[in-house]
Amino acid sequence: MYIQQGTKEYDVAIVGSGAGGGMAAKVLAESGADVVMLEAGPWFDSEEFAMFKWPYESPRRGASIPEQEFGEFDACYGGFNLEGEPYTTAPGTNFAWFRARMLGGRTNHWGRISLRFGPEDFKARSVDGHGDDWPISYEDIKPYYDRLDREIGIFGTNEGIYNEPGGIFQPPPKPRCYELKVKEACDRMGIPCIPSRLSILTKPLNGRAACHYCSQCNRSCSTHSNFSTPSVLLPPALETGNLEIINHAMVREVLTDGNGRATGLSYVHKPDKKEYQVKARIVVLAASACESARLLLNSKSAQHPNGLANSSDTVGKYLMDSTGTSVAGIFPQLFDMPAHNEDGVGGMHLYMPWWLQQANTDFPRGYHTEIWGGRGMPSYGFMGGIQNYNGMFGDGDGGEREKGGGGYGQQLKEDYRRFYGSVIGFSGRGESIAYEDNYCEIDPDTVDQWGIPVLRFHYNWSEEEYKQVRHMQLTYRELIEEMGGTILGGDMPSREQGYGITAPGQIIHEVGVTRMGEDPSSSVVNEYGQAHDVDNLFVVDGGPFVSQPHKNPTWTILALSMRASEYMVEQRNQGNL
Amino acid sequence: MEDKPREERHHSRGNSSTNARRSGASGGRGGADRTSGAGGSTFTRREALKTLTLASFATVGLTMTGCQNSPENPANNPFGEGVSPEDLEMWNRSFFTEHEFETVRQLTNMIIPADERSGNAEEAGVPEFIDFMMLDRPGNQTPIRGGLNWLDAQCRKQFGGNFVDCTEEQKHAMLEQIAWPEDAEPGMEPGVRFFNRMRDLTASGFWSSETGIDDIGYIGNMATSWDGCSDEACEHVGVSYEES
Repeated sequence: MYIQQGTKEYDVAIVGSGAGGGMAAKVLAESGADVVMLEAGPWFDSEEFAMFKWPYESPRRGASIPEQEFGEFDACYGGFNLEGEPYTTAPGTNFAWFRARMLGGRTNHWGRISLRFGPEDFKARSVDGHGDDWPISYEDIKPYYDRLDREIGIFGTNEGIYNEPGGIFQPPPKPRCYELKVKEACDRMGIPCIPSRLSILTKPLNGRAACHYCSQCNRSCSTHSNFSTPSVLLPPALETGNLEIINHAMVREVLTDGNGRATGLSYVHKPDKKEYQVKARIVVLAASACESARLLLNSKSAQHPNGLANSSDTVGKYLMDSTGTSVAGIFPQLFDMPAHNEDGVGGMHLYMPWWLQQANTDFPRGYHTEIWGGRGMPSYGFMGGIQNYNGMFGDGDGGEREKGGGGYGQQLKEDYRRFYGSVIGFSGRGESIAYEDNYCEIDPDTVDQWGIPVLRFHYNWSEEEYKQVRHMQLTYRELIEEMGGTILGGDMPSREQGYGITAPGQIIHEVGVTRMGEDPSSSVVNEYGQAHDVDNLFVVDGGPFVSQPHKNPTWTILALSMRASEYMVEQRNQGNL
Repeated sequence: MEDKPREERHHSRGNSSTNARRSGASGGRGGADRTSGAGGSTFTRREALKTLTLASFATVGLTMTGCQNSPENPANNPFGEGVSPEDLEMWNRSFFTEHEFETVRQLTNMIIPADERSGNAEEAGVPEFIDFMMLDRPGNQTPIRGGLNWLDAQCRKQFGGNFVDCTEEQKHAMLEQIAWPEDAEPGMEPGVRFFNRMRDLTASGFWSSETGIDDIGYIGNMATSWDGCSDEACEHVGVSYEES
């Protein structure tokens, strides 16, 4: 294959346009650097997507399609299975790898839950002996969180909980009525239930409008009221005139010179399937944690025989995802609810932070709890499986039903009306521990459609994660009973059923595979995401995470990328890069 | 009755009186759902199918009068501009045979009948929606087609004819055996599974239609301000913003 070599040398080449890459592009372009960004997927404009669409405007009523696993109106193009881009898992292990392929990556998908990592999260080994401490503390990253709050915007409340640091919050939306019901029960049980912290504007900010409460954040937002990089970070970066974005660019490898320094990137341009190279003085990887690790492992050379930046043999190791499980209940107090608008913002208005830091739980680390339910817009899958519960509650007029669940006809039609909006669910998102044995590596036998060797995953939950998820199950079941509801889905899953734990990867919080540290023999990058082995190579996605607290990673990826990118600017100004 | 794909039968039929009532499945806000005048040539696929099924109810083995796409309406599109050409092409194809479609039409109307608040499944476009989902999700095809054949086989065994040929009493007697999973007799499991699927597909299609959304009382999908749930709703749930 001919390789098309560009003659231009950029100051910076960035792989990926998600949270890490978008922030790096903004900071570096605004500093005057000449930046090129390579994105494997297409362009995306949040002003031209599916906001306000009704399900009946599509023949499939919002159902998922292979290219949009969370539904055809969900703004994220991607999924756990991409055609032509396989990955493998080692026998006896399990990992589900979600990949987005579009401008903005998974910032188009996420729930906008933006929880700061707290002081104990950065020093967890010192607290409980598991995993490792980060080379930075909360105080190092706090100024960047503060700036995210001011510049991107977030709502929430300052609650004074030590390891759940507050921020510079816009006012939170009032809870929905069913969320108040949850809070009442939580108060009785001694579980904090507080306003959620989502990067959605409730007041105008920096030229962006406040939320209009259509609840469709997952469809992107045509008024730029929530955060995604194409909506918030890339427009100002492009306005500088210093950022060039190349879409449909699948990066094959990081190029290096005879001294082992990075010189640019080689990529396949999907539309013409030709191989291109871009030259750059600094290479920034933000392709997603595992995709960046894959790139490093595939970038072998005489100077880097074990893969680029991998003299520590740590690239790909310490892979983490959040644990998860869900329990839902149905609540007779919510039957036959008067019709009312319950949309609110896209996501929960209240959540439950971890509350047992000081307690003697039989597992390390904690979890937070997300609340869901309500009278959402009916679409494909609406009230599926009603036969599992409509038999439990009489005929609606105080009488007995002749038969159990299921049915058809007038009674069934009335059941749908009666039970609509009466289910409330709880989803735990917990911290797993970083283990060297949970890792990805290059599968020697398999390549993707462009001939790029793919990843093979090795991942198993440890006993600690099972015990944690058991605690979630017990808590949510008690909570549902406390609220006077009926648990859906039957008995609690057994240990053999993993207590209902999600498969590793399914929570889509994959981090850790290019971890940061002070010691080059046990970590890949330093606290600025700079590779120990290659000074002009940086990783600014979730890869450098040393631990994955139960808090969704995006806000911390943004903060770390801002910090790393400003370090790059400073080093450039000093002539060091 | 011989099963023939209805592939080529989407377009206009002469009997416009049966099309006068527009289905509530889509349209209004999508903007492109048009109902033809007498003898017109702009029926939607759904309406054409409805005509067909009503006609076939009375007449077995009718023939179609040919395709009459008009230049101003090259394909039946009840969805508006947002629908992709690929989806529209699929929408204008059919999966079910005429006999299967008629069975689905009757089943979905039994699952969600008309009442004083809204129309039945057919009036909300549910049979056409299910037909589309067979093509869109091929994994549906064997379970649903197989289930329809299981149903016909049971009806022939018990009542001497296919489901659509049974009396209303017989049809109800059949559904009573498969619509209540916990009460179903051993041997009815395939029918229970099939009916669970049909119930779910019917609910998806009905409640996500314009008719269904109005009926169920979903209010939203609009720009608004948010000041919490209504007093009425809070009172119903037994909570108040003052106390919290």
